[in-house]
Amino acid sequence: MFLFILKRLAQIIPVILGVTLVVFLIMQMVPGDPAAILAGEGASQETIEQYREDLGLNRPVVEQYLSYVGNVFQGDLGNSLKNKQPVLDEILLRLPITMELAFYSILITIVLGLAAGIISAVKPYSVRDVSVMVIALLGISLPSFWLGLLLMYLFSVKLQWLPVAGWDGPLNIILPALTLGVGGAAIVARMTRSSMLDVIGQDYIRTARAKGLKEHFVIYKHALRNALIPVITVVGLQFGSLLGGTVLVESVFAINGLGRMIVDAIRTRDLPMVQGGVLVASLVFVFVNLLVDVMYRAVNKRIDLN
Amino acid sequence: MASKVTTAQTMELAKARQNTRKERWHSFRSVMTQNKAALAGAIIIGAYLLMMLVAPIIAPYDPFEISLEDKLTPPSMEHWMGTDDKGRDILSRILYGSRLSIGVGFASVLFGAFFGITLGLIAGYYGKWVDTIISRILDVMLAFPGILLALAIISALGPGLINVTIAVGVFSIPLFARIVRGSTMEVKKLEYIDAIRTLGANDFTIIFKHIFPNVLSPIIVQGSMRLATAILSAAGLSFLGLGAQPPSPEWGAMLSSGRDFLFSAPYMAIFPGLMISILVLGFNLFGDGLRDALDPKLKK
Repeated sequence: MFLFILKRLAQIIPVILGVTLVVFLIMQMVPGDPAAILAGEGASQETIEQYREDLGLNRPVVEQYLSYVGNVFQGDLGNSLKNKQPVLDEILLRLPITMELAFYSILITIVLGLAAGIISAVKPYSVRDVSVMVIALLGISLPSFWLGLLLMYLFSVKLQWLPVAGWDGPLNIILPALTLGVGGAAIVARMTRSSMLDVIGQDYIRTARAKGLKEHFVIYKHALRNALIPVITVVGLQFGSLLGGTVLVESVFAINGLGRMIVDAIRTRDLPMVQGGVLVASLVFVFVNLLVDVMYRAVNKRIDLN
Repeated sequence: MASKVTTAQTMELAKARQNTRKERWHSFRSVMTQNKAALAGAIIIGAYLLMMLVAPIIAPYDPFEISLEDKLTPPSMEHWMGTDDKGRDILSRILYGSRLSIGVGFASVLFGAFFGITLGLIAGYYGKWVDTIISRILDVMLAFPGILLALAIISALGPGLINVTIAVGVFSIPLFARIVRGSTMEVKKLEYIDAIRTLGANDFTIIFKHIFPNVLSPIIVQGSMRLATAILSAAGLSFLGLGAQPPSPEWGAMLSSGRDFLFSAPYMAIFPGLMISILVLGFNLFGDGLRDALDPKLKK
């Protein structure tokens, strides 16, 4: 296992370097003079030149990239153009909020998705199965930003049970987490059902039933355990789209997380902030994927040993 | 003589391939007629495409015409979906907006498919270091969660519908490339490719004339699934104010303006969102059916 982790860590190094390259290229892709954009509107030629000198924009691109990577690995993501504060400080303020939102959302994804998938698979092609799968299909099809507005309208405006926006207390978490988690739950439900149906068709399940084991014992002890293996990968992948989804949900519910920070930074052309936000979110995703791979391997190994 | 035998064999193989294609088409037709959900999806998509075409004929009002005395009128016989904060008829805007929302979805998937298929074919056919380099580039593109890669591109290119199309398209490239790469690796090992190569066909002909038609099934399945995601992503980016700009009737942008009137005129946000949801549902239903018909291996 240790070797496996080391191998996977070695594999992600080029990916991380590639991510830094893409993020670095954001600045290069900007039409016009990056130094003029960084200096801000109405800056004098002298100030623009000063920026070019300070940020090394007059150096060869390869040299600029190497210097950028060096700074990133030292935790220096540059300064915001808006408030001149270090980008990393702002990210460290925002990231915990986004991670908290992602955590509750993935919890909803797993609990709702697994429950719905199992309910469907236990009696396939029944009214219950079809109903759950139709709801799952709707869950995949609803845009999160629209679902968020609908939930807000129903629970905050009409029923007044929950706060409209913000991130001040536990009640604020419910609607955004539900909005973000529902789509993933629908995908996990479909995957769990499909995986469960595969497993239920296996010989050892027939043997378990032939032995006279109770149905719930067969389903939960024998089938579910094996059916969960491919589901773990789907949950891992869902974390990625969930992290991307925070951008929209944080905007709907006015949550000051990393996603909203990136969108605000794009609007104000605060490029270092965009670069820092995208880089950190991607690195989190890369490491979560690594964690999922390790978990997948651990679960598989345990089954092999059994 | 040897060449004649090879030609005859190749023709037989080509005929067999054609038969397989015919069988696939029959299987597709039978699944689409038997699978009611897929048929429902096809009908939904058809209705939306028709709406795109006839929008100028059936729209009751000018989608851009401001009429402040009619502003925020709830749905009525006169304005079926009500009017927005500038008194514009929401139904007419939705009808015209279909051209933008669906158009951006199709354009971005075509963009992503073009580059993704080309990269996948090249990586799968040549293998070795070419495959390694392309695969690592795809790995990097897939390392960006959700729409973050699209956001990064927009931050560089600036907001706007064309840039959103490019950004969402780029986001689709690795997904097409991965699938095509895998299928190409399988197809290139088949006998008829060897036969064609023996006849002297060059790599370009082999890749685009002989391999490409045989990896089309997973591309079509992926394309229909990606359309749903592309439409959602493009609408999402417009919702954030990074895509279509006011007074454009793009659905994501309309939803974004409706958000400010959620308390007083919820229908401003409800109808555009409903239109996006039904369309995406249609593509998902259709995509599921297509997958079952064309690519049973992907059925899971």
